[in-house]
Amino acid sequence: MRESTPFKAVVSLIILVVLLALWQWAIRANNVPNYLLPAPSDIYAAFVRGFQTGIYTKHLITTLTEVFLGFGIGLVLALILGLMIALNRTVETYVYPYIIMFQSMPKVALAPVLVIWFGLGITSKIVTVALISFFPILINTIVGLRSADLDRINLMLSLGATRFQVFRMLRLQSALPFIVAGVEVGIIMALLGAIVAEFVGAESGLGMLLQSMNTTLDVAGQFTILFILSAIGLVMSRLVGFVGDRLLFWDSSRKSRVTAKGG
Amino acid sequence: MTVQALRAVDAGRVEDAAAEAIGIRNLSRRFGAGRSPIVALDNISLSIGEGEFVSIVGPSGCGKTTLLKILAGLDRPSEGQATLRGTPIAGPRKDIGIVFQSPVLFPWRTVLDNVLLPVDVQRLGRSACMARAHALIDMVGLNGFADRYPSELSGGMQQRVGLARALVHEPAMLLMDEPFGALDALTRENMNLELQRIWMETRRTVVFITHSISEAIFLGDRVLVMTPRPGRVQIELKIDLPRPRDLSVISSPEFGAYANQIRSILNAKGAVD
Repeated sequence: MRESTPFKAVVSLIILVVLLALWQWAIRANNVPNYLLPAPSDIYAAFVRGFQTGIYTKHLITTLTEVFLGFGIGLVLALILGLMIALNRTVETYVYPYIIMFQSMPKVALAPVLVIWFGLGITSKIVTVALISFFPILINTIVGLRSADLDRINLMLSLGATRFQVFRMLRLQSALPFIVAGVEVGIIMALLGAIVAEFVGAESGLGMLLQSMNTTLDVAGQFTILFILSAIGLVMSRLVGFVGDRLLFWDSSRKSRVTAKGG
Repeated sequence: MTVQALRAVDAGRVEDAAAEAIGIRNLSRRFGAGRSPIVALDNISLSIGEGEFVSIVGPSGCGKTTLLKILAGLDRPSEGQATLRGTPIAGPRKDIGIVFQSPVLFPWRTVLDNVLLPVDVQRLGRSACMARAHALIDMVGLNGFADRYPSELSGGMQQRVGLARALVHEPAMLLMDEPFGALDALTRENMNLELQRIWMETRRTVVFITHSISEAIFLGDRVLVMTPRPGRVQIELKIDLPRPRDLSVISSPEFGAYANQIRSILNAKGAVD
């Protein structure tokens, strides 16, 4: 089986077109009502209409703002607290138990309370997103900073390295693969957090739009939102993956994983 | 000038021909307290001359690595003391080079940057040491690989980087903990020849720990045979084989006699399973 890449792409495209055509035909032939399952042509129409009227763009910007601000705050806080816990025994002793406790709680369950505290605006969404993306990055930062190879630490100590040198030249680099993995999880969680918080109560955003479409039985519209959301998730994780690959060019385990993903 | 004196000059100091590099006096190391501590090293005394190549051979658990860690300042003796050029080893010091069993390279650093690690740690100034680093990379046979990353190198090449790194800050002694133990037999023989050549060029004091009897004899001016439970030096053998030694020396009758002597000591002590 020696199939070239263009050949594979063409076959994939044909399969997609056939599936869409089958879907379209099944809906039309059986007179399935639009509010149960829309045909691909209905979804496409809703998609074009949504962007032409500018409604989608507005809500998209709201959700993206929530995701990026929340994620940024969560990332910075997680890195700072992770450093403090990994480097300071006292902080670890008194703070780490709470973190473990908090970690095992589903953070989305906090969204209703956060909306009460911070209102229907964008703030409650940013807090939810920050909280939900904070933990995977925090835990990975702590584990990563402790992951430095003992032989490498001994080598540096035998050369007379200070604690700070071991940290700067070894621990930080050793932690990087873990931190990047945490960010990869965190960015996807961030989107989830934003949508759930908007479900609870919001003035704008794709999650809020999705829910209001539910009340008008605009299923075609909902399909378009789901499509936009997965596109956002895909772009964000590819972006993180791209930056991660550049940062971790030396990590051979990462290369093999990327190849496995690609092949 | 005698060979010994030449070595002393090469090591950066003009000293007596019989200058002592490493002194170990009544050194013991026990792990765990109470009635039955594990005795890793039991009352060891020995003296290693400036520029001497000493091999330490023994089975696992005979305390070789503990001894090496004490010499590196990474562990403290329970009793007795070790000295380097007359001063007690009380903690990590800057004039020691170590080569471990695994290369222990930093994968995010190029070959050159790995070799320069001691320079960075000790703030010796990269520009001042650049020529020396490149010369060492050439000496270990890696010319043209300075800008490669460790993942691009074979196991033997990585170990060569480790050797160059251990020499870049001109250490007073080189500690090697089974440095070729993870290499295949052919690469290992080749590395033994290379190490002998490098040692003859640099004349550092070397403490070389190994499982392999023939490697210990091939490389050493002297072989210390250690046995476990408790860790003791059973015998010191002076190896009287002319240098440079080539691999054919291994099949000589003298070499065989040394090997038999070491093996019989280890067998008599029940140290070989």
